[in-house]
Amino acid sequence: MRWLFFVIINLWVLNGALAQGKFLAKDGYVSFFSHSLLEDIKADNNQVLSIIDTDTGSIAIQLLMRSFMFKKALMQEHFNENYVESYKYPKATFSGKIKDFDTLNRRNGKTEIVGVLSIHGRKKEISTMAMIEFINNEIVLKGEFWVEVADFDIKIPKIVENNIAKSIKVNFELHHKPYN
Amino acid sequence: MKNILLIYFIFLSSYNGLGQELEDILEQEASDTTLLVASTFNGTRLLNGHSVETRKEGILEFLISHRFGRVNSGFDQLFGLDESNIRFGFEYAMNDRLTLAIGRSSFEKTYDVYAKYRLLQQKTGESPFPFGLTVFGSATEKTIKDYEPGNKPSFSDRLTYTGQILLAKKINPTVSVQFAPTFIHFNTAPESIDPNDIVSLGFGTRVKISKRVSLNGEYYYNINPFDSLDVKNSIAFGVDIETGGHIFQLIFTNGVSMIEKGFIAETTGDFLKGDIHFGFNISRAFQLKKQNRPYVN
Repeated sequence: MRWLFFVIINLWVLNGALAQGKFLAKDGYVSFFSHSLLEDIKADNNQVLSIIDTDTGSIAIQLLMRSFMFKKALMQEHFNENYVESYKYPKATFSGKIKDFDTLNRRNGKTEIVGVLSIHGRKKEISTMAMIEFINNEIVLKGEFWVEVADFDIKIPKIVENNIAKSIKVNFELHHKPYN
Repeated sequence: MKNILLIYFIFLSSYNGLGQELEDILEQEASDTTLLVASTFNGTRLLNGHSVETRKEGILEFLISHRFGRVNSGFDQLFGLDESNIRFGFEYAMNDRLTLAIGRSSFEKTYDVYAKYRLLQQKTGESPFPFGLTVFGSATEKTIKDYEPGNKPSFSDRLTYTGQILLAKKINPTVSVQFAPTFIHFNTAPESIDPNDIVSLGFGTRVKISKRVSLNGEYYYNINPFDSLDVKNSIAFGVDIETGGHIFQLIFTNGVSMIEKGFIAETTGDFLKGDIHFGFNISRAFQLKKQNRPYVN
């Protein structure tokens, strides 16, 4: 009998702990940068959603391709219409794990994030180092990684081949607040 | 014992509930977005006439259009290529909705100014809207000296006004359609028996055949054409090719003018009899002001 009570109390405590276990970023920042001899292209997205489960270290991120802001409006239109086809594939998502989330034990430091990045309907496993910081009940993730345009079946026409880089640098900064 | 087991399972199930997929939470958070439907047409012109599209704030579009002579004019005229009419225009987007423009056509040495305002935009998502509506108004001044000496018409005699309502729907990523009721007022009609006010109904479509190429068609049905001229309804077929900052439109049409009052009300070519003019529009967009707002609603 007694052990059952323990189990229940354990579960109850665990339950309470789990309710605190998710951190959400609603206006996260992701940008990408393409450098070529002819042209530098940069686009920013300030409406990125990201959520961390602090019990498992799992992380999920999603953003709307259409929310990327370019300096040139036409470039933005072409990006959506002709390159990433955002009418067909409106979102880019990431689903993965912050590797040593437990061992970090809420200390700031570097950590490895691994998971699956999905852009333009194509999936690709990626891994990147990121800075993780715990500030005033916020979990902040910052970092950068590179993606190959070809990995996501995004075609660059010959005529603009020299204007667009084959590897694109992606920067991110996500401020997660407790979610309930 | 039974009760305890029950409680145990209740907790267990609530534990599972909390293990809800992170992706589901994000979907829930992201659900309330409404998006403007973009790129109903590639350019601000369907072929001869305007489309619902306007450029984004701060873009200056330089548009050069050509119409050659009739392809049935024979080898001597190199199938119309010896004869060329040009319109060039500067079109500036004051904001995402309003465009102001000035242009000049070599045909009848005509100047035109227009204002185009995007009143309603097609939307998808949380609060969708089924179509886009743009209003268009223009004034043109003919300056060719085709009058008898000493019989010079006044400035206002040579003015023509056009008002248009452009209604368009992007049915799917490939097909867009447009309906364009048009009203044209001539301060001076060609002959006294002709009406000063012409009403016409425009129909148009775009079908994308690849990411950067589309086929376009456009037809204007005149309800009350001029009586003194053998006016034909305006027909145009063409191909749009979009390459970065440029749009090329290759056009086959029975009209020679590139402004509304001309190609809608004064077209005399019979398309089916080969009175076809080859032509093109080339547009180059310059971003004069960098944009700083999201394109999402």
